[in-house]
Amino acid sequence: MRKSEPGSASRHTRVGERLIGALLFASGALSIVATVGIVVVLLTESLGFFAEVSPVEFLAGTRWSPDLVPRSFGILPLVNGTFLVAAGAALIALPVGLATAIYLSEFASIRTKRTVKPALEILAGIPTVVYGYFAVILVTPVLRTLFPGVGVFNAASAAIVVGIMILPMVSSLSEDALSAVPGSLREAAYGVGATRFEVATRIVVPAGLPGIAASFILAISRAIAETIVVTLAAGATPGMTLDLLQSVQTMTAYIVQVSLGDAPSGSIEYRTLFAVGLLLFLITLALNLLSQRMTTRFRESFR
Amino acid sequence: MAPEAVLETVGLGVRYGETRVIEDISLTIPKRRVVAFIGPSGCGKSTLLRCFNRMNDLVPTARVTGQVLFRGRDLYAPGVEPADVRRAIGMVFQKPNPFPKSIFENIAFGLRINGFQDDIGDRVEASLRAAALWDEVNHRLDADALGLSAGQQQRLCIARALAVEPEVLLMDEPASALDPIATGRMEDLIGELRGDYTIVIVTHNMQQAARISDDTAFLYMGELVEYKETQRLFTNPEDERTEAYITGRRG
Ligand SMILES: Nc1ncnc2c1ncn2[C@@H]1O[C@H](COP(=O)(O)OP(=O)(O)OP(=O)(O)O)[C@@H](O)[C@H]1O
Ligand SMILES: [Mg+2]
Repeated sequence: MRKSEPGSASRHTRVGERLIGALLFASGALSIVATVGIVVVLLTESLGFFAEVSPVEFLAGTRWSPDLVPRSFGILPLVNGTFLVAAGAALIALPVGLATAIYLSEFASIRTKRTVKPALEILAGIPTVVYGYFAVILVTPVLRTLFPGVGVFNAASAAIVVGIMILPMVSSLSEDALSAVPGSLREAAYGVGATRFEVATRIVVPAGLPGIAASFILAISRAIAETIVVTLAAGATPGMTLDLLQSVQTMTAYIVQVSLGDAPSGSIEYRTLFAVGLLLFLITLALNLLSQRMTTRFRESFR
Repeated sequence: MAPEAVLETVGLGVRYGETRVIEDISLTIPKRRVVAFIGPSGCGKSTLLRCFNRMNDLVPTARVTGQVLFRGRDLYAPGVEPADVRRAIGMVFQKPNPFPKSIFENIAFGLRINGFQDDIGDRVEASLRAAALWDEVNHRLDADALGLSAGQQQRLCIARALAVEPEVLLMDEPASALDPIATGRMEDLIGELRGDYTIVIVTHNMQQAARISDDTAFLYMGELVEYKETQRLFTNPEDERTEAYITGRRG
């Protein structure tokens, strides 16, 4: 009985540990359950949609008119709008982001890096609605003075602002990828007479390429999923245009439009919401998985 | 007989931040000889070695005082390009560090950045032969260098250093990551390079220093204690610290 005290104390800890373990498990399980729930809802509601519209018409049709007769459910115009904005954003964010990453990782002093890196991470946390206002009250008016005839809604404004929005993500993640390249490789290159520029561009960047590519894909995925900026700046005109100065509608902006409207639950228009959402989900899921695979391979190659 | 000096330090000192690591070292490295640096861990062997090709420049806190003369010219004089220094004075590191590229590209990289354009293939072959690696890799030059064994990787690093035709080869414990057989081959290779290059090698292994070097310098706590022909240093050390170290006595 004399030993009962330390014994019960440790049993006490074990109970506490088990409780904490259970709580952690519950919160992990909750997020999994929520995700599975979302997927199930997306799938079942989409099934209802595809009972009325053939998947071929949905995926290959070039006219999107779910509410006006003659109705048409070809999603390509929305996909086009989405990728047009994402591509424009990538055109800005990828080169500038990579250049920033190279500068921070290979050229900047430790002090500069210590200031800029956290600043980038803070920028990445600004609510996107702020970027949306930025597009509407600054970028669009500037574009309209530069290019007369540009509408109040245009893809360019959205692309520029989404590009600025994903820029910190690209530079921060790419910088991580470059910093993860072992110093011994830099020494090896310096050792045969390489300059700092040669070390950066010919050794460090190629060695960090999988990580850089992963950051690019993740950023594009984020641009595709971006909602508020494109809704506010790009408008609601589904079309097959590649002209950045015109208004387009993205998949996300369409989802916003229907969600805010009064499409009766169970109607075909209501169900398009889930079909579009499902496609969006699959696209971003594929991109995220690809990015993740590249990161793992990258880590393995430096084990 | 006073052999021509390739490298010479005059009152050389190095600090990292506020910490003095080596102090007032003056020594000469004679041409085409193999010089070994020995001494207890942390005594400053690598730091001294890295002064010879300005590798310490890469450490932001490092400060070098005094002079390092290469064929009479101060390597730390204003206007000297570290990249030029490092081409002329090659380096092999403790851990094999091939680039994540093909065997061929590992060597071609140094050639290209140093302006070699013709006969890159011939030069790659010549340096692989010089590093005693050609017979093992000639049929797979396009293979990833990271697929080689540690010993092969280290010989590839030597080939990479030799390709750009350096005059001096600095080696910082080049065999410490290798097994005994690979170490033996490394020592054989140094034996073959001896006479063609000036080699400065840091080693923890005293038998190795005795086997491969002409001259040996013993460093202790940042100070050059004794420096003479290897044979004499090991058989007849003058300083009692040297004697204690080579006989394995502590304190
Ligand atoms: N980058 C650095 N910053 C600060 N101190 C350093 C740095 N590099 C080395 N030192 C210190 O300088 C001293 C000498 O280091 P050095 O690497 O030259 O020793 P060494 O003789 O090569 O040792 P070892 O045999 O373990 O390789 C050590 O005390 C080490 O901790
Ligand atoms: Mg060392």
